Amino acid sequence: MELRTVEKLLQKYFEAETSIAEENILREYFASTDVAPHLEHYRPLFGYFETEANKTFEKDLPLKPRKRNVVGWISVAASVVLLSGLFFITNNQSAPADELGTYEDPEVAFRETQKALNMLSNTVNVGVSGVEYLNEYEQSKQKVFKDNLK
Amino acid sequence: MNQKEFINTITPFKDRVFRIAKRLLVSTEEAEDATQEVMVRLWNSRKKLNKYSSVEALAVTITKNYCLDQLKSKRATEMRIVHSNYSDGQAGVDKQAEDKDSWSWVEKIMDDLPEQQKLIIQMRDVEQYDFEEIAKVMDMNETAVRVALSRARKTIRQELIKKHSYGIKNS
Repeated sequence: MELRTVEKLLQKYFEAETSIAEENILREYFASTDVAPHLEHYRPLFGYFETEANKTFEKDLPLKPRKRNVVGWISVAASVVLLSGLFFITNNQSAPADELGTYEDPEVAFRETQKALNMLSNTVNVGVSGVEYLNEYEQSKQKVFKDNLK
Repeated sequence: MNQKEFINTITPFKDRVFRIAKRLLVSTEEAEDATQEVMVRLWNSRKKLNKYSSVEALAVTITKNYCLDQLKSKRATEMRIVHSNYSDGQAGVDKQAEDKDSWSWVEKIMDDLPEQQKLIIQMRDVEQYDFEEIAKVMDMNETAVRVALSRARKTIRQELIKKHSYGIKNS
């Protein structure tokens, strides 16, 4: 390439008046082996631009942030359903425990209460009759001690 | 827009977004994070993407704003990045090593440019956008873009000449 054209282009280049095509001519010229000695110091500039243009982005792109969010929300929804389900079940079970078997008619209520108390006293009396033996034992013990004291 | 269509849309320019982010943030890791962030933002607004005439211009604009925000918050916490991650290619020929060395000069010179000029020179000289696109992304008019670009290129030239003649000329 003619040296004069290159010099002219360079001048235009530094005034930022070159077109992209003209800049490519300069790039080509400085990539070649026969660069004029007095232009040698521009060589790294164009060489640098050339190598810079070849750098690439190698990392992966994390493009699924939304999808992951959906999964997250589903699990939140599931746990809410589970918790509310458990809550209702326990509530329903504790409801019958609140009914105490009340009676409307006072006479019926009285009879039922008596029955219940009878049942209670029967079982208590079983224990009492057992204690009778102890009484017997106590009396004979007293006798023995009294005789000894005399 | 499903995932496949989305990937097809962003594939042509995702490397560019990465390089623009790297130009501003310097560190490769941060640039990768920024690229991911930008892509996720695009993905989240994928239903609205049809309304834009150029998704790429939108992506570059988001990248620009995101990176500038990052830099702002970093400066607020007084953190400075030390850049030591120039990639190691195959070691080899002297010429190659020499080239790499001088490329890293250029990189350092560009790191010292103001952010606006960094972005413009990245978009023009590396990504080869035309002035109209750059003006749109930068929210400037084309003349202002040209002025900034010319200024950036001249600064680099000046620094390069300084480095090149360092130790040769008595200046």
